[in-house]
Amino acid sequence: MNRILAASLLGLSLATSSLAHAEPVKIGVITTLSGGGAGLGIDMRDAFTLAIKQSGNKDVELVIEDDAQKPELAVQIAEKMIQGDKVDLMTGIIWSNLAMAVVPNTVAQDVIYLSPNAGPSALAGANCNPNYFNVAYQNDNFHEAMGQYANKDYKNAFILAPNYPAGKDALTGFKRYYKGSLAGEIYTQVGQTDYAAEIAQIRASGADSVYFFLPGGMGIAFMKQYAQSGVNIPVMGPGFSFSQDVLPAIGDAALGVKNSATWSKDLDNEANKEFVEAFKAEYKRLPSIYAAQSWDTANLILAALSKADVKDKDAFRAALKAADFQSVRGKFVFNNNNHPIQNIYVREVVKEDDGTLTNKIIATAFDDHKDAYAEKCSM
Amino acid sequence: MPGLHAGIRSVIHVLPNEAWTGLLFTALLIEQLLNGLQLGVMLFLMAAGLTLIFGVMGLINLAHGSLYMIGAFACATVAAATGSFWIGLIASLAAAAGVGAIIEVAVIRRLYDRDHLDQVLATFALILILSEGARWLFGSFPLYLDIPLLLQGAVPLPGGGQYQLYRLAIIGVGIAVAVGLYLLISRTRLGMRIRAGESDREMIGALGVDIGTLYTVVFALGAALAGLAGALVGALQSVQVGMGEPVLILAFVVIVIGGIGSIKGALVGAVIVGVVDTMGRFLLPSLLALTMPASQATTIGAALASMLIYVVMALILAFRPSGLFAAQA
Repeated sequence: MNRILAASLLGLSLATSSLAHAEPVKIGVITTLSGGGAGLGIDMRDAFTLAIKQSGNKDVELVIEDDAQKPELAVQIAEKMIQGDKVDLMTGIIWSNLAMAVVPNTVAQDVIYLSPNAGPSALAGANCNPNYFNVAYQNDNFHEAMGQYANKDYKNAFILAPNYPAGKDALTGFKRYYKGSLAGEIYTQVGQTDYAAEIAQIRASGADSVYFFLPGGMGIAFMKQYAQSGVNIPVMGPGFSFSQDVLPAIGDAALGVKNSATWSKDLDNEANKEFVEAFKAEYKRLPSIYAAQSWDTANLILAALSKADVKDKDAFRAALKAADFQSVRGKFVFNNNNHPIQNIYVREVVKEDDGTLTNKIIATAFDDHKDAYAEKCSM
Repeated sequence: MPGLHAGIRSVIHVLPNEAWTGLLFTALLIEQLLNGLQLGVMLFLMAAGLTLIFGVMGLINLAHGSLYMIGAFACATVAAATGSFWIGLIASLAAAAGVGAIIEVAVIRRLYDRDHLDQVLATFALILILSEGARWLFGSFPLYLDIPLLLQGAVPLPGGGQYQLYRLAIIGVGIAVAVGLYLLISRTRLGMRIRAGESDREMIGALGVDIGTLYTVVFALGAALAGLAGALVGALQSVQVGMGEPVLILAFVVIVIGGIGSIKGALVGAVIVGVVDTMGRFLLPSLLALTMPASQATTIGAALASMLIYVVMALILAFRPSGLFAAQA
């Protein structure tokens, strides 16, 4: 209520002070700010607000709400934002199961949704939508890259992921490019924190490598337990399992692990240098991949706003699709299904001189990679 | 047992791996049993406090998971500051017991005469307050807590396997606490009062026992056990806000299976839940793979495994509605 009041007061004062001033653009941000997955959502929110702040664009108004990583709560917030706050754009969701609950209904009401992280396969193919833009990746992408890279050294991998849409996309993506055999395949519970039973199976499986996708606290728990288990089979994962938000908590157990990502702090381009510096200066910590993607999402929106009026949906969609902004990932183009075409790199966890654990790019797994579902999309 | 062994072997054989030998499988089975036992004793540390508090004071304490979280945060913070896990462990006991005592005096004491709904509401509010308080103090990013040097690494198991030393230590701590609690309750004056409090609250008050202090002590004891569990597990997992709630749910399953108010029930229930959960996660997907394609079996198996302990709870309650070792009402 206060927010609406404040917004209308702000609107009134703007209207009286300068009639030429554009109407404020309302962006609804639903993300995870409490519970086990909060680290990811907070990085998302912090990078997004920082990008808006740095742009100096005073017409953008953010409505930020915490989904607590609960799909039912995310759905309620989305309804409130669309019906009550009348937001022009929505973004922010980290988790694929929440995105599946919110996105189809949002885009059906002709509200544009930009995904800063989740990219479930169900929204990339036949069910693609002109109102849905994925600025991050299609879920399979990172895993495809690691599957490709694994062919170099490994022939018998053990793979595991949580039992939810992104987990299934992960293992599907890995298997799409990985040519060797599988020593085992496990789906764990979402939010699981004890992996003793899975590690025992890995030990007994005769695998020559382990590929795991466990974002947030799940990955921290797995890596710490794995390092202590006496199993010496090399591990690899997507960048999420070794992202900046979890590395300090995993500790040295992560050193040397290879992981795939579309972004890394050391990626050599101007936009990225500016981003890393600005983020470090503002928040006194290193940005994670979630922060990078969110920064890109904000800058994509800002670029489109400078070209088209957000109320003119067709023009605004076209401006978004043009993706005329400086991405921290370097080259950035949208495919026909509004998912990015981008490079995917292999990174290694290293220790900097001051003892900070971080990632360093060591190879490029794919150049200008497209997702596997784009051809099923009729756009 | 050879029949069972062969049976399970044939189940396991569907895993695409020729390297299986009977010996290797025995090692895997022993390792998984130990994993189940370790999960069980960890749950016991949580459930013992929960059931003690319910048994003596008739209070449903949803904030028990927050005390677990406080233990983990205290241990991680103190260990990071002093460099010693052991000092951190003592800090976790002190912090959880201290916060427990404060909560009891400030909030819980007002709830004993209320019905369970009021207790659930108030202790749920405590979860929110303690979680956001921890987020305010420590931030949203997980803290780092490592296993002490002494307990690093793995030890060989009979059959050629290996087992993480730290998990063995947790099992040891759990057994020691179980024995300690048994002695405390059956052999000491405090234990006598706890038992008396369980059977007739008004009467021991009338006999001149300071019931207020007794309640505070019992609550702090339960809190300390939860804090100990949090600190021990914190070194294995990630220390973060909200880590207590998933464990709390399992701890409630444990005390319902074991019989509310019974420490013995909590121990047996915890081991049942730990072993059933671990074995379910391990065996169900392979069992299902006998009748359906492997990728389907892993998905459905994983889903079924996550329900298994609730199925077991329902079955036990169907035959023993007040749990395995129901305390006298």
